[in-house]
Amino acid sequence: MDLNFTREEIAFRDEVRDFFAKNVPTDTRRKLIEGRKLEKADIVDWQRILNKKGWAVYQWPKEYGGTGWTAVQKYIFLEELQRAPAPDPLPFAVSMVGPVIYAFGNEQQKKHFLPRIANLDDWWCQGFSEPGAGSDLAGLSTKAVREGDHWIINGQKTWTTLAQYADWIFVLARTDTKAKKQEGISFILCDMKTPGITVRPIQLIDGGKEVNEVFFDNVKVPYENLVGQENRGWDYAKFLLGNERTGIARVGISKERIRRLKELAKIEVSGGKPMIEDPRFRAKISQVEIELKALEMTQMRVVAAEGKRRDNKPDPASSILKIKGSEIQQNITDLLMEVVGPFALPFADEDATGSNQIPAGPDYAGPLAPAYFNYRKVSIYGGSNEIQKNIIAKAILGL
Amino acid sequence: MDFEFSEEQQLLKDSVESLLGDKYDFETRKKILASTDGWSREIWKQYAELGLLGLPFAEAHGGIDGGPVETMIVMGAIGNALALEPYLPTVVLAGGAIRRFGTDAQKDKYLPQIAEGKITGAFAHTERQSRYDLFDVKTTAKASGDGFVLDGQKSVVLNGDQADFIVVTARVSGNPRDKDGLGLFIVDAKADGVSRRGYRTQDGLTAAEIQLSGVKVAADQMIGKAGAAYSMIEQIGDDGIAAVCAEAVGVLSALTEATTDYLRTRKQFGVNIGSFQVLQHRNVEMLIAAEQAKSMTFLATMMVNEADAATRRKTMSAAKTQIGRSAQFVGEQAIQLHGGIGMTMELKVGHWFKRATAIDIQFGDADYHLEQFGNMGGFESAAA
Repeated sequence: MDLNFTREEIAFRDEVRDFFAKNVPTDTRRKLIEGRKLEKADIVDWQRILNKKGWAVYQWPKEYGGTGWTAVQKYIFLEELQRAPAPDPLPFAVSMVGPVIYAFGNEQQKKHFLPRIANLDDWWCQGFSEPGAGSDLAGLSTKAVREGDHWIINGQKTWTTLAQYADWIFVLARTDTKAKKQEGISFILCDMKTPGITVRPIQLIDGGKEVNEVFFDNVKVPYENLVGQENRGWDYAKFLLGNERTGIARVGISKERIRRLKELAKIEVSGGKPMIEDPRFRAKISQVEIELKALEMTQMRVVAAEGKRRDNKPDPASSILKIKGSEIQQNITDLLMEVVGPFALPFADEDATGSNQIPAGPDYAGPLAPAYFNYRKVSIYGGSNEIQKNIIAKAILGL
Repeated sequence: MDFEFSEEQQLLKDSVESLLGDKYDFETRKKILASTDGWSREIWKQYAELGLLGLPFAEAHGGIDGGPVETMIVMGAIGNALALEPYLPTVVLAGGAIRRFGTDAQKDKYLPQIAEGKITGAFAHTERQSRYDLFDVKTTAKASGDGFVLDGQKSVVLNGDQADFIVVTARVSGNPRDKDGLGLFIVDAKADGVSRRGYRTQDGLTAAEIQLSGVKVAADQMIGKAGAAYSMIEQIGDDGIAAVCAEAVGVLSALTEATTDYLRTRKQFGVNIGSFQVLQHRNVEMLIAAEQAKSMTFLATMMVNEADAATRRKTMSAAKTQIGRSAQFVGEQAIQLHGGIGMTMELKVGHWFKRATAIDIQFGDADYHLEQFGNMGGFESAAA
């Protein structure tokens, strides 16, 4: 048993850390620290910097442009990326559709899409959830009917993150209405410029519009945009959702947020003293820091086990990472809102004023309440925490 | 980065688990619990035969040179079996004090005897007012002739009633809450002026109130330098924390598993109660809390020999906070999910719960260590 990184791993960490220190654009880094929204260009520019270095799709197999890193190296990379802080490579492209294409797609699809995903030449969004299919995703009702060498897609997707930027969407659609619900679904790639697709933004409780509804009205898609086999889409979706095993804990991001929290707790004053010296508030910070350290160790246990696994099945322990990771992230956004007291309240109403200027209080206070509201999502998306508990109950406890 | 045990460690784990598995079924434990001593000298001998009692000691002192991982393995098995023998006070605390800081003569005198199972020890630190502060010592050690004279009262000393030797913290100089001026002394339990009143603790272990009245201690029975014992006391405390964290891992995994088994077999409304989602989720939450405790125990185990006291103490406080929180949650939920039967002394679950509760209290509870951790600045520093 040895919890230390090897000398090579430490050298790797230093190399990665140094690269991020020198190459993350200053403005992007500041936006992340201050909790301000990133523009599309921020994410594209950064992913292209990563891609030039050969790191944009670091987790892919080497033959498709990946790095061939060990599980520990991948872990270190992601930790350092989040610590920098720097944006994640676009997850819908790099972690979701990319792996499905290289694992199940045909040669033509691999050749065309994979390099474009790595360079973010195409922005991808995820067409999974529907108004009637959330946790029960297999209950989806968007239909794709084959007509000659085309699919005709009709239906509605929702919670589609950043669809407003998207060039492509990967869609789960029902292609066999008579089969069992998991066995009649196909995985189809769809150009967002295809006639019949409408995107309607949804305003969330933080005031932002990061998610959308996407409507499909007789959308005609070439048959060859099917990935893998017809009616096997559910398997591919499960593969996709299980693919992100450890990054889901987002330990690096939470560490960075705690550093920010402590920074603000030194500035903000309560009872004539900095908040960081208030025993009650400090105890809250300490509690979440300790839970985060425990999560980090749990994550390292999962990573170490992953390095030794032969199969490619998702580890149900990743559900533990998702549950604890999301609780911790939410807890920290709560404390970040608490630290500014009444100045959490003034709202930068961009729609009404055309400005993201905070009407009162320090600039850093503006994004804190919205982040708290926004982060309620982390225990809902990617399989809600309750679904994760069902998974653990079944797969680990055998209940 | 590797969380797996070496072959030797796996062997140790198997042999401890088989010893405690064979010798410590619930009925046997009940009998041992009801005996006068409250633990089994016969099983103690077998601990010695397996090498467990000299585990962390050097080979020259009859030991097998084991490290923190080896101690973690043994303590985990003790927690799982709820073994009642005074392993923690003898090998980890009192023996550990001599192993880490004793003179060669002290090591020669005590460690081989501990390893052979001939003597047991106790670490007497807590006083009525000290709560969990390691520097809060009123017991005095006055220089007298060639040695010292000890006066004071020590409380809730594990194995204090039966120990053959007692490692005592006492104040050589300064005020009651000074970090400077502390000393560490090995006191023969039969020395004149030592009086002990033994009793059981809530978890079935034995402890004592120890009165020291003009107890003469020779200079060569002092550990380290007079007045400079605080850093040693901290290290002994940290050894204790790492050990009970490991013990807690054994307890909490046992509680979680026992609860899962119960949910699988107990029928109400014509079905196994494990088919109810509300109970499934509670059991999952127990598992998560137990796993988080295990993770922090690994960290504490790897850090317990860290020379930089500030880094070490911070980590130990973090670990003890996590273990305390997890112990309370898992323990309470185990009782709740078992229902009425969980309330009885007839099931092991209640006994595990009591030990888990005691572990939170020993060496400082979760709230105490949370505050310590915050006072030490936590893990992350403020962004610039």
